[in-house]
Amino acid sequence: MSLRSVAAVAFAAVLAVAVTACSAGTPASPTAESGPAAKTVSARGSITVFAAASLTATFSELAKKFEAAHPGVSVETSFAGSSELVAQISAGAPADVFASADTATMAKLTTASLVAGAPVNFATNVLEIAVPPKNPAAVRSFADLARPGTKTVVCASVVPCGAATVAVERSTGVALSPVSEENSVTDVLGKVSSGEADAGVVYVTDVKAAGSSVRGIAIPRAKQSVNTYPIAVLKGAANPTTARAFDRFVTGPIGRSVLVAAGFGAP
Amino acid sequence: MNRFRGGFEAVPRWTIVVAAVGGALVLLPLAAMATRVNWGGFLALVSSESSVAALELSLRTSLAATVLCVLFGVPMALVLARTSFPGQRVVRTVVLLPLVLPPVIGGIALLAAFGRQGLLGHTLEVLGVEIAFSTTAVVIAQTFVALPFLVLSLEGSLRVAGTRYEAVAATLGARPTTVLARITLPLVFPALLSGAVLSFARALGEFGATLTFAGSLQGTTRTLPLEIYLQREMDPDAAVALSLVLVVVSLVVVGLTLRTVPDGQASDRGSGRSFLGLGSRSGGLS
Repeated sequence: MSLRSVAAVAFAAVLAVAVTACSAGTPASPTAESGPAAKTVSARGSITVFAAASLTATFSELAKKFEAAHPGVSVETSFAGSSELVAQISAGAPADVFASADTATMAKLTTASLVAGAPVNFATNVLEIAVPPKNPAAVRSFADLARPGTKTVVCASVVPCGAATVAVERSTGVALSPVSEENSVTDVLGKVSSGEADAGVVYVTDVKAAGSSVRGIAIPRAKQSVNTYPIAVLKGAANPTTARAFDRFVTGPIGRSVLVAAGFGAP
Repeated sequence: MNRFRGGFEAVPRWTIVVAAVGGALVLLPLAAMATRVNWGGFLALVSSESSVAALELSLRTSLAATVLCVLFGVPMALVLARTSFPGQRVVRTVVLLPLVLPPVIGGIALLAAFGRQGLLGHTLEVLGVEIAFSTTAVVIAQTFVALPFLVLSLEGSLRVAGTRYEAVAATLGARPTTVLARITLPLVFPALLSGAVLSFARALGEFGATLTFAGSLQGTTRTLPLEIYLQREMDPDAAVALSLVLVVVSLVVVGLTLRTVPDGQASDRGSGRSFLGLGSRSGGLS
């Protein structure tokens, strides 16, 4: 905490000097490039980004890209189930930015007025069935998951991927009896890729990120229950300027291209 | 325990101050948690269907794990304490390893052995035994982490009790099994009891290995710690209330253990019946 406040003071001091230098220098100096200079001024220091487990690959990449675009900035990332992260943030965990896997989970933070400004939707995701490469239970459709003897693993209904699974169950009329209800989508994927489970209900992006360790089977009805991912700068952000810059980076063209490449849809 | 008859101070005063700080470190978080309890809704929170299912499952599996610990732990302690064989130190170290191992590693190791793709997975499938995602998996995980408590407690006690009575019985013609049942086990019974109670407590608190190895499903694998972890996300009040229940159960268990170790006996016998038997054999993990 104290280190954080020292850093914040140092950051403020640096910012003050930089801004003064800039406003004094820019009009007079013809060589000053406003673009990159403005970037270095707006983003400094380090920020902590809390993001849903399903964003692990994309946000790790975006954090690196952001650091590369803003020398001197470091981005710390923490990935877990969205609800878990909300619990941590509510308990005072030091985070600057939060990206949730659904709007309902983000709403918990906005109602608790822990969010600065309004969250911005930046991506969408749909559910898919993941099976081990050999597909031991010969799963071909969502209805197959309810067959007796098929070991299906899903997210617990209190986490976003579980809520989405329940929505798909409702729209398809298929009631699953899973062998396990995990706390995060990565736990579901782990149980499938390790071969412990016959099938798991995860996001399209998880299947894509898992490469050859699992196979994906589309759920046509899932398109009706799309998860929308919002991102927001937190009220308790120690470094709001850089946090906002990261926010814009994710919602901007580079963020979009990384997310689309990973299989996310546009909001 | 440090009351000396001469009337001098048993410990330097500063140790009491430091000890109080250490005690506060343990007590303060638990007391702080108690202040968070929503007493108005306490009963409703801990008697919800999922809470009761979790508590019942926890008690059932921990009891089964304790039985397995006694079944395997007593012979293990006997072999470690009464025989000598090459590599005994290594064996003892490995047996006690789950004591210091992060439980999630235990879970990964158990998967490697008993999982469907594990070492024994195929054999078990042929035999028609399904461990993955079953209550059996929970019991195995709990036994894995709790077994060292019983072995450690009992082995220390066996060493301190010595072999004098056993030797006498043997010279009088008693067979080894008779000696074990009539002499050895009665001698170390308090240690066996406290070891079993501690194993039960450890099994009750098991979380990491269960989550990794057994999964999480109400009534089948979602024990109380897993239920608390899940409730924390949707209903922090319920999580705190359930945590308090587990704290109380653990307190009772540890209290019971300490009661099985009468003060006087412990110091008379060179702490042969001390908590975990650690006092008598400091090189336990070396």
